[in-house]
Amino acid sequence: MARRFTPKIITTNDLLEGDVIYLTADGSWTRRFSDAKLFLEQAEAEAALARIETRQDIHVGAYLADAETGIDGRPQPVHFREQFRATGPSNYFHGKQAETGDVQVQ
Amino acid sequence: MYRYSEFDDAFVRARVAEFRDQVNRRINGSLTEEEFKPLRLKNGLYLQLHAYMLRVAIPYGTLDSRQMHQLAHIAEVWDKGYGHFTTRQNIQFNWPKLADVPDMLEALADVSMHAIQTSGNCIRNVTADHFAGAADDEIEDPRPTAELLRQWSTDHPEFQYLPRKFKIAVSGSPNDRAVTRAHDIGIRAVRGKGDETGYEILVGGGLGRTPMIGKVIRSFLPKDDLLPYMEAILRVYNLSGRRDNKYKARIKILVHETGLDELKDQIETEFTARRRVFPGVNQRLLESLNAHFAPPEFVDAESSEYELRRTRDPLFRTWCDTNLNRHRDPNLAIVTISLKPVAGTPGDATADQMRTIADLAKSFAHDEIRVSHEQNIILPHVPKAFLPRIHDRLKRSGLATANIGLISDIIACPGMDYCALATARSIPIAQEISQRFDELRLERKIGPLKIKISGCINACGHHHVGHIGILGLDRAGVENYQITLGGDATETAAIGKRPGPGFSAEELIPALERLLDAYLTIRLSGNETFLQCYRRLGDQPFKTALYPDSARKAA
Amino acid sequence: MNRIVRDDGFHPDDLEHGEFLTLERLEAGVEAPVLLQLEPDADPSDLPRHFAWISGIRIHFPNFTDGRGFSLAARLRQLGYGGRLGAFGHLIADQYSQARRSGFDEVVINELMAARQPESQWLAKSGWRQRSYQAHILRSA
Repeated sequence: MARRFTPKIITTNDLLEGDVIYLTADGSWTRRFSDAKLFLEQAEAEAALARIETRQDIHVGAYLADAETGIDGRPQPVHFREQFRATGPSNYFHGKQAETGDVQVQ
Repeated sequence: MYRYSEFDDAFVRARVAEFRDQVNRRINGSLTEEEFKPLRLKNGLYLQLHAYMLRVAIPYGTLDSRQMHQLAHIAEVWDKGYGHFTTRQNIQFNWPKLADVPDMLEALADVSMHAIQTSGNCIRNVTADHFAGAADDEIEDPRPTAELLRQWSTDHPEFQYLPRKFKIAVSGSPNDRAVTRAHDIGIRAVRGKGDETGYEILVGGGLGRTPMIGKVIRSFLPKDDLLPYMEAILRVYNLSGRRDNKYKARIKILVHETGLDELKDQIETEFTARRRVFPGVNQRLLESLNAHFAPPEFVDAESSEYELRRTRDPLFRTWCDTNLNRHRDPNLAIVTISLKPVAGTPGDATADQMRTIADLAKSFAHDEIRVSHEQNIILPHVPKAFLPRIHDRLKRSGLATANIGLISDIIACPGMDYCALATARSIPIAQEISQRFDELRLERKIGPLKIKISGCINACGHHHVGHIGILGLDRAGVENYQITLGGDATETAAIGKRPGPGFSAEELIPALERLLDAYLTIRLSGNETFLQCYRRLGDQPFKTALYPDSARKAA
Repeated sequence: MNRIVRDDGFHPDDLEHGEFLTLERLEAGVEAPVLLQLEPDADPSDLPRHFAWISGIRIHFPNFTDGRGFSLAARLRQLGYGGRLGAFGHLIADQYSQARRSGFDEVVINELMAARQPESQWLAKSGWRQRSYQAHILRSA
């Protein structure tokens, strides 16, 4: 029996800023994990990844990351690495945890 | 200190312009990311977990106050007001933006600095003993040799696309403070039969997935032959090193798979041929480099202030006992400024702290600063009379931690707080260890102890050669820490052994407490260090302490 | 159509229709001057006895990150090969200086690369003689 597909989000780093970005449902990019589109089907996730991988002018190194639906109904990370990417380093209050507002990139 | 020639200056500035152009060509699509990546790496630019990271070279760990001030300036203008000094005597800035990096490199060029070959599959920034030119056990200052190697390896046309990165370390002393045995090539100054100095050449050392201690490939290489011999080693490696598997691509694997004798034959054949067309340099060039590193003129200063303060101020005395090393001139001391405050991030310094250090070096210490591979800062030439004033100033800047060589003087890589390759975090572990043993007030009782932490198998935190090594791994989605014991980074280098399974982050600190309690109980006296005790007794008593449950079951 | 890149810019590939022999074929014996193509793992130590029969050599770069070709070129020059020497395969403009300083006379690129990295980007690297630390060291010695 095939293993159940763990839902995914698509994430990468912004070419110019270098920071972590996520693909949203309308095909734009967000800096917040909770605003990412959650893919429930493997084929759909892979097709979306293949589509955006061609956009080297925007980002570097896109990949699929495991995600789940949180109690607020929005996606949240499964693995600790994605948790760190979504928040920032633990030794200083820097990175995403220190950023306010919901900055969208094109 | 080495002063840039017009050639050096023109070179680094042309390199900045070239990189600016490469960034533009990446943005306009002339360069794909696949093509841009090795180019940016060769200019020190990584893409990490949260941001780009710029790794700036501090060749053989030597810099002056002007350069340190500029690092502070860069940290404030283009980063978040701090920098991270690394185990390769570099400094890393964790938050630059791609478009700003050429400006940062320009600012570095203004003070004769660069980020060239601090990453990528090329010959990396050459490291050396951080006590060079000051230590009392030195056969010769390793820095002229290291500077010659810097020049020779910079944009060497043959060796920019090697199978893998290539690290060279140089030591001028029999006591190895540069970890020469864990480098692709280790170079050690030795005396020949006629008392002339030459080099012992070690090859194939390295940490990472397959840790190996370097092997002697030439026990005495005349100094004139250094560059053709390096070219011979590098050419054999470039042509024969494995390119099919990045974990088997370092020269240590080539040495292991080919055999030292066979590889030595190949290198000697290449060397003989190479020397005919590339005689390298003669003593004359080395002499002119030597002149750059001539020691400053030391003056006999009255040191009664130092003696007096020692007797009156216990904090000062404690700091002197741990953070000073003997200088070859009895009127001077080598000062190590700890970048390991209790619960701090090992190797981090704020812009203000960098300026404090720079000002102290300028005012009191012949304007010389060193970065050690142990992620501390050294003032190599300090007249003892100035020590009280230096200590006062360091205290005000949070830089007077008296812990050099002790349990909280931990080497730690950035780990998963920053690094894209990491499998677990390192920094919080270092913070917890230093905090916990500070609370227990055990640091001085435990005595000399080197803890080294890496956040992945690539071993940037040198865990294999820590007396206690800690390796952070991902075990089924949870951070897990493997301990190794008995490693040694010095001239008696050894790779630590794993006593058993790893620990979760919560279990790790209690396990270390049990381990060190056991050591305090079983050591012969307060003079037997952890490493000596381990070597005397083997790992059994330490295993029992680390894994009491399995020891009970076995009984 | 391939382009040959030299210090003065792009040129048509005059050897586009030339027949390049492999090292094995050359060593089997030839009767007139030939062109030779070398893979990066070639062992050139026996090549000097054939030099008189070689009118040109091209070294293959399977990928731009595979730097064996630079050492192979340097080794050929060290063995005394003074003839025409080119690099072909995947090389980028940023490697032109290293190719020249390793002993190559020219780099051969395909049409796609010539379009993505036009002549101006290669010409920008034509000052390769000015900034060689290795030459600088020899001058200082």
